[in-house]
Amino acid sequence: MSEIIRFENVSFAYDENAPEALRGVSLGIERGSFTAVLGHNGSGKSTLAKHMNAILLPTRGRVLVNGTDTADESALLKIRSTVGMVFQNPDNQIVASIVEDDVAFAPENLGVPSAEIRRRVDAALECVGMYDYRLHAPHLLSGGQKQRVAIAGVIAMQPECIVLDEPTAMLDPAGRREVLSAVEAMRRERGMTVVLITHHMDECVGADRLLVMSGGEVAMDGTPHEVFSHPAELHALGLTVPDTRLLLDGLAAEGWDLPADALTVSECARVIADFMLKEKREKCLHRP
Amino acid sequence: MLKDITLGQYFPGDTIVHRLDARTKIICLIAYIAALFTAKTWLGYALALAALVTVSALSRIKPAALLRGLKPLWFIVIFTGAVNALYGTGEPLAEFWIFKITESGILQGIRMMLRIMLLVCGTFLLTYTTSPLNLTDAIESLLSPLKRLHAPVHEVAMMMSIALRFIPTLIEETDRIISAQKARGAAFDTGKLTERARALLPLLVPLFVSAFRRADELATAMECRCYHGGEGRTRMKTPRLAPRDGWAMALGALLVLAAAALRRAGI
Repeated sequence: MSEIIRFENVSFAYDENAPEALRGVSLGIERGSFTAVLGHNGSGKSTLAKHMNAILLPTRGRVLVNGTDTADESALLKIRSTVGMVFQNPDNQIVASIVEDDVAFAPENLGVPSAEIRRRVDAALECVGMYDYRLHAPHLLSGGQKQRVAIAGVIAMQPECIVLDEPTAMLDPAGRREVLSAVEAMRRERGMTVVLITHHMDECVGADRLLVMSGGEVAMDGTPHEVFSHPAELHALGLTVPDTRLLLDGLAAEGWDLPADALTVSECARVIADFMLKEKREKCLHRP
Repeated sequence: MLKDITLGQYFPGDTIVHRLDARTKIICLIAYIAALFTAKTWLGYALALAALVTVSALSRIKPAALLRGLKPLWFIVIFTGAVNALYGTGEPLAEFWIFKITESGILQGIRMMLRIMLLVCGTFLLTYTTSPLNLTDAIESLLSPLKRLHAPVHEVAMMMSIALRFIPTLIEETDRIISAQKARGAAFDTGKLTERARALLPLLVPLFVSAFRRADELATAMECRCYHGGEGRTRMKTPRLAPRDGWAMALGALLVLAAAALRRAGI
């Protein structure tokens, strides 16, 4: 069983008369993978996320977490401790008045012994780089720091998978970078499965797989390279391609012969530098 | 404008009084109150006053801070004194209409005023030296026997600690809404009382809406972190009673005994 989450033909409507927010979605999330979910507002991406740990239950179809149906109420705690979730607004998910007490909240709920909680809390705070702030009051932290505390609070639960529902939407660029590097650290150090819901193209480029949601359906599914090589389709869905991709396309239109699959900023910089060096070398060779 | 509200009025410190377990402090406060209500004679009051002065000196809380706490209560204190002064027995010192003031009445009035002031100061000493969070935990711990009677002790304590957590957040939000309304020409500090009260309405409505939205999101986030009530819950920090807590409680018990003895002896 290499899939940790499995959606089987899932449909969902918030209200009987409301239009369906999810329409027959079927997909699987691979264990240990990093999946990004992209979509504009109202595309159903948050609704999709909320199905992953039984906050919402499908109106039709079913969702399996480690093979357990999320509709099974007796398995609720097991499902929630397997798939953790981080939300958009860090203020509304911090429970305690001291950072370390908040991180301890989930393991306390699970009845973990005190000494083990202490160990997990320290490790989780180290992982997101907030250990030095463990005795601070959350309301005095910056947005990025608060969100990292919220992530640590989920890590301390030791879930197999973490779903982040637009964790950077309310943050400034510095806060965004902090949160994304915390997510990266979590993947690297703990090998956790990550599902990142976002509407920032740039945050998807490091993912193994990119799902594009539109109108409650999965419109595109593939590696970021594959998805971003269809700019016209993305544009039709109200999305654009990452800035790096735009730059490379623009340069290509000017006659630069560049590989079009460099998505991260450093990849992009490298291919441009390589190209320019090569040009220069050729000019030198052909000088009479 | 609202930032300077300090709720619970906790003065952090590292004295022996600060380090005592919050449960010990609550029990000692109860003992102190019991002693205060047992006291009938001046010596009894002196005993309670001595206890208060000793503890406040040990905790390095300035007497001025304690007296400041009494300020809002001056009316109640004086009213109690006056009423008691009218109900004495013995030779009247002065008489008018149906009232007569006697010496015993005046003394009784002074004792009553002292009792209220000592009571309030003692309570303030607890909140000055104990963080609200520790206080909440201590209340949960002390009331936990009531859980057997299905009293929602854990739930109430959880509600209190969440309320404490969200006070700064909501104050910040209030500030923001005030600024937004002011930017659109609302006046909160001018006009008649009724006008000012009316001006608060556009402040309260968005504040409540946002508080409900926050509550909803927080509840979901708590569920996602496996919150399912107090059952089977453990704590990272389990406060242990130190020897000093034993000594403090013994002194509290001694205080009650001494007050009872003084009352018995009538001195």
